[in-house]
Amino acid sequence: MKCGVVVFPGSNCDHDSYHVLKHLYGQETHWIWHKDQVLEPFDLIVLPGGFSYGDYLRPGAIARFSPIMKSIIKYANAGGRVLGICNGFQILVESGLLPGALRRNASQKFICKYVHLRVESNQTPYTSRCEKNAVLKIPVAHAEGGYFVEPETLKALEDQDRIILRYSDAAGRSDATTNPNGSVGQIAGVANAEKNVLGMMPHPERCADPLWPDRDGRYIFDSLIHSS
Amino acid sequence: MLAKIHVTLKKGVLDPQGKAVHHALNDLGYPEVEGVQIGKYMEIRLAGVTSDEAEKRVQEMCEKLLANTVIESYRYTLESTE
Repeated sequence: MKCGVVVFPGSNCDHDSYHVLKHLYGQETHWIWHKDQVLEPFDLIVLPGGFSYGDYLRPGAIARFSPIMKSIIKYANAGGRVLGICNGFQILVESGLLPGALRRNASQKFICKYVHLRVESNQTPYTSRCEKNAVLKIPVAHAEGGYFVEPETLKALEDQDRIILRYSDAAGRSDATTNPNGSVGQIAGVANAEKNVLGMMPHPERCADPLWPDRDGRYIFDSLIHSS
Repeated sequence: MLAKIHVTLKKGVLDPQGKAVHHALNDLGYPEVEGVQIGKYMEIRLAGVTSDEAEKRVQEMCEKLLANTVIESYRYTLESTE
């Protein structure tokens, strides 16, 4: 699988993503500079976490107009796989590849901790190696992670099986008490209708390396490699 | 020309900052405070456009970049700077 990790000014999880894909999974992995215009053929593009353009104006608002994004939007619309993690998810909603928006956390605080996620659908290339309703323990680290969509859009997302991950407890129960940031419906990850684009606030790349005690992030990468 | 732009969260979108400040003002002895909305204020200087063009283009800027219309609304005024 040929993977590309996009580097924006202010990306800071790009090396983690690159490390996991290249060194743990042995995939051909390339850096993609945000100023590039032309995108060579890839099987997976990662929009990594961080603070692209210092989160100026809104997280992802400026990155979404980076020269490379035009090609990435085209690639995604043609069925190419794009995984947006944290700031990458924010860039995906700003670019319109995913619906909704990410608001300031309800607590007003930056949240950096492990959370549990219930896998709502395994009918995606990102979760195909998970059981439906499996619980993954993956960290979040964000100040603007409160997912918001209008009720009609939320209904459409539910009907189309596009809510992929919800914040839950270790037993897989998901309700207001397991919601770290005020996301509607405890949504932690959402896909486009074709399921080739996934945005998620938690960081699977931070817990995939066997040197680390928690490794649930590997299920996302196992799924991707397996379904390529 | 000077565009003065206000961007705030839409009605119905929780504004936790506004809520916190609202409570703080009530606690400080301002029970008349009924609601607080916190937003962004921007000033954009424009040159070489008529006020009709400016009107159209500032609206475009708001829609494209300055506000995220999924959660935010915007309003602006244009002032002559001559």
